[in-house]
Amino acid sequence: MSQNPQNLLQVRDLKVHFPMPKKFGQERAVVKAVDGIDLDIRAGETLGLVGESGCGKSTLGRAILQLIRPTEGSVTFEGQELTTLWKQRFGLFGVWSPNEMMRRKRQDMQMIFQDPFSSLNPRMTVEDIVGEPLKNYGILSGKALREKVQDLLQTVGMDPRYIRRYPHEFSGGQCQRIGIARALALNPKIIVADEPISALDVSIQAQILNLLEKLQDEFNLTYIFIAHDLAAVRHISDRVAVMYLGKVVEISDQETIIKNPKHPYTKALISAIPLPDPEQEKNRKHIVLEGDVPSPINPPSGCSFHTRCPIAEDRCKRELPILRNLNENHRVSCHLV
Amino acid sequence: MATPAQNIDLNKTPSGSTLLEGTSLWKDAWQRLRKNKAAVVCGFIVLFLIIACAIGPQLLDWIFGYTFEAQDLEYGAKGPTLAPFHPFGTDFFGRDLLTRVLVGGRISLKVGLIAASVAAIVGTIYGAVSGFFGGKIDDGMMRFVDVLYALPYMFLVIILVTIFEKSESLLFVALGLVGWLTTARIVRGQVLSLKEQDFIQAARSIGARSHSIIFRHLIPNTLGPVIVYFTLTVPTMILQEAFLSFLGLGIQPPNPSLGTLMNDGANQMLVYWWTIVFPGIFMSLLLFSLNFLGDGVRDALDPKMRKG
Repeated sequence: MSQNPQNLLQVRDLKVHFPMPKKFGQERAVVKAVDGIDLDIRAGETLGLVGESGCGKSTLGRAILQLIRPTEGSVTFEGQELTTLWKQRFGLFGVWSPNEMMRRKRQDMQMIFQDPFSSLNPRMTVEDIVGEPLKNYGILSGKALREKVQDLLQTVGMDPRYIRRYPHEFSGGQCQRIGIARALALNPKIIVADEPISALDVSIQAQILNLLEKLQDEFNLTYIFIAHDLAAVRHISDRVAVMYLGKVVEISDQETIIKNPKHPYTKALISAIPLPDPEQEKNRKHIVLEGDVPSPINPPSGCSFHTRCPIAEDRCKRELPILRNLNENHRVSCHLV
Repeated sequence: MATPAQNIDLNKTPSGSTLLEGTSLWKDAWQRLRKNKAAVVCGFIVLFLIIACAIGPQLLDWIFGYTFEAQDLEYGAKGPTLAPFHPFGTDFFGRDLLTRVLVGGRISLKVGLIAASVAAIVGTIYGAVSGFFGGKIDDGMMRFVDVLYALPYMFLVIILVTIFEKSESLLFVALGLVGWLTTARIVRGQVLSLKEQDFIQAARSIGARSHSIIFRHLIPNTLGPVIVYFTLTVPTMILQEAFLSFLGLGIQPPNPSLGTLMNDGANQMLVYWWTIVFPGIFMSLLLFSLNFLGDGVRDALDPKMRKG
């Protein structure tokens, strides 16, 4: 499959399955966290990835960066296949050195984590944390390294005098800034932000979103922005992909998703965004989904959403809908659209 | 990159003296430990005993000409007196008991510290590697630990002692052989839970190699329990050494250790009470202080545990 030059990253039929412990006398159960996903990410854009807890969006983000090894499928980054990269030999006379090629590739792909505290090593100073990527790749050392770290801290809006402090001496928002500075250190091309604001106070959320947007302009970054509600994603994203049970059910540009959603699940998500006007909010009809997300071990037959879908028909229980084009920019997987 | 305004800001805060210092978790624990009176007192007692054992025998040799093996059969088995200077009395062969206790304490401390250090270092690395790689490697490494655990320890030591020549280093080997097993299990458990934390994934994504993840990220975060276990292992090792020497498998006469001294004392205690009382007091004081110090270190490193 040739790659569209517009696309920085291309995901094809990506699957991540986790085998469960085998029970006696039964087939080994498998959690299908990510079950066949196609995505194209263009250089410079922000792709929002939205879905309920447990729908596999974090797994997808980590599988794209190869932090979790995908079961099947391909991830192509700048024309380079990543899923087989760890197998490639590296070093003098091709001496076996697993993961070294992938390690080198990671310079261009970074990640921002959800929990700002657990993503920073509590025993390391800010200087060590932010400087570590540069040290790992042998880019800078000594005085130049310290200056670069201070520079990075300023870029993310922190006092550079804090470099000798430890993570537990900062607030959640500050820790998240440190995490962002660490991700920026290597000058990456793409950053996967895994719910970077959902653990923060509302006032801080806006600050971090603005910071991420500013950095995108400054460093020409591409984001995959993961969130569990559309409200967070709508401001920062150019395009939005909605996930349900390990699959993308609808993908389009941000405006279309908000104003003209087609998939019943997307509609439900949008009706969950509160409106600022209390009068409007009161008179609005909410779509409330019944029940829980089905287990990804035994996904429902046919369309995996039919158990909770308000408009499901018989056909939905039998036939698996495919993600088809409504128009060039709008793809949806539903029989009834 | 940074705007000019920010650059000025940077120049205003040159690196060096104006940096805001942070408090590391170690420093924090140290401050908590210093507030714990019992631990501080016991720490000083341990320090005093260590210094006494380190330089005491030398001083006694210079001033009075006592060594742990110099016999004075004319003056055998006399009770504690200050003139001539035998505050702990002398044993059956007229050797000064204070000198022998200090030299014995020196050997016991040496055995305890070295064996506990070996246990801590080997166990930490073994456990961290096992937990980090997981899967089949973990299974294999931990089964090996289980096998060593299952071996009857005394039996093993007796075999070792019969095959090889009895010596101090053999004692380190014998004690270290079993000591690291528990440390390895503790560290492995810690690593298994740490491994799932985001900062390990973050370390991967910023290009850290496996050894750097193990040594820079995992091990420093497991050191708390390891240090606690270490401080509590030292007295255990001393006790084990005393036990082995008591059985005649450890330190060989005329070299004294706390164990052999008490063994001798136990044989004569109805007649010469001081031969067991003083080594006994010395050893109890040492073990008691070490244990209290260990408890203090545990509380300092894990403040939550104490409240609960």
